[in-house]
Amino acid sequence: MTDELGTTGGSDIDLATRAEALESLLVERGLADTKTIETFIRTYETSVGPMNGAKVVAKAWTDPEYKARLLEDGTAAIGELGFKGPQGEHMVVLENTPAVHHVVVCTLCSCYPWPVLGLPPSWYKDPAYRARVVREPRAVLAEWGTEVPDDVEVRVYDSSSEVRYLVLPERPAGTESLSEDDLAALVTRDAMVGVRKVEAL
Amino acid sequence: MTAVTAVTVVTAAAAGAPAASPLPVELDIDGPAAPPRSNGELVFAAPWEGRAFGLVLALADAGVVSYEEFRQRLIARIAAWEAEPASGEDFSYYRCWLEALEQVVQANALVAEADIVERAAQLTSRPAGHDHGHEHPHSHSDGAPDR
Repeated sequence: MTDELGTTGGSDIDLATRAEALESLLVERGLADTKTIETFIRTYETSVGPMNGAKVVAKAWTDPEYKARLLEDGTAAIGELGFKGPQGEHMVVLENTPAVHHVVVCTLCSCYPWPVLGLPPSWYKDPAYRARVVREPRAVLAEWGTEVPDDVEVRVYDSSSEVRYLVLPERPAGTESLSEDDLAALVTRDAMVGVRKVEAL
Repeated sequence: MTAVTAVTVVTAAAAGAPAASPLPVELDIDGPAAPPRSNGELVFAAPWEGRAFGLVLALADAGVVSYEEFRQRLIARIAAWEAEPASGEDFSYYRCWLEALEQVVQANALVAEADIVERAAQLTSRPAGHDHGHEHPHSHSDGAPDR
């Protein structure tokens, strides 16, 4: 615990007070406003992140009608849950099945469905991933620990500024009794990009 | 299916209301300047960390400070701490974040160090009648902390 009495030296004043002091001065001087600060905190802390995508997946697993809408028009079905991108890019949802495994890449840059998946991980931007997942997807997936049997087709989807993809992973066996929230907790970002499968805990 | 109609409305509303980009800056994903995360989500250990985070983004978004300038100072602060860790002090990413922010606003003559110290002292003495018995080594021109 820091000494909350502080000194005029400043560094001994506890950090929370120092942060508050700086914020109040900047707001007072019209350099920042409280509402904008709070919007950014909320956006990064709760609204943007893999949890949004996980909720979409869990709902699709538990609600067949939602799943049908999701596969037909991803943008709209994801929008139903309140997740919308600023640029209105088109979201397409790719369903993994026992016969087909999807994996997503952006070969040109790092287009990524951030409203549902948050910020892209560094490997997604990596030139090696972008080149290799197209050329030898099974080898890349194997490096992620994702073994795709030979009789399962692997489809690689290349994102663009117009179309972003979200993989709807297969629901793992043994999760029949789980609630939608519990299911969402199992869904990882990597599974929604398609480099991993969802595992039951 | 009837649901398709509702779906179309959602799309139109989304397209008609382009929100300002909520990502004014590209945060570092890895390296020293990358904020702490858990499964991709940012993690704040205390409310003030979140506020300090939001404050930097708001300032960068408004063009008041340059995020890149802030980021360079953040990297330097973290490197300085790692080179010489303060004794008995755990590494705190957001302590470095706050210090970098203070440096940026001071370097750009937006808020002086003395102003921050003075305001912090006022905030500390906020609870009415709560006397900290604070001995002040030197006086300020105004805003006595023990009023």
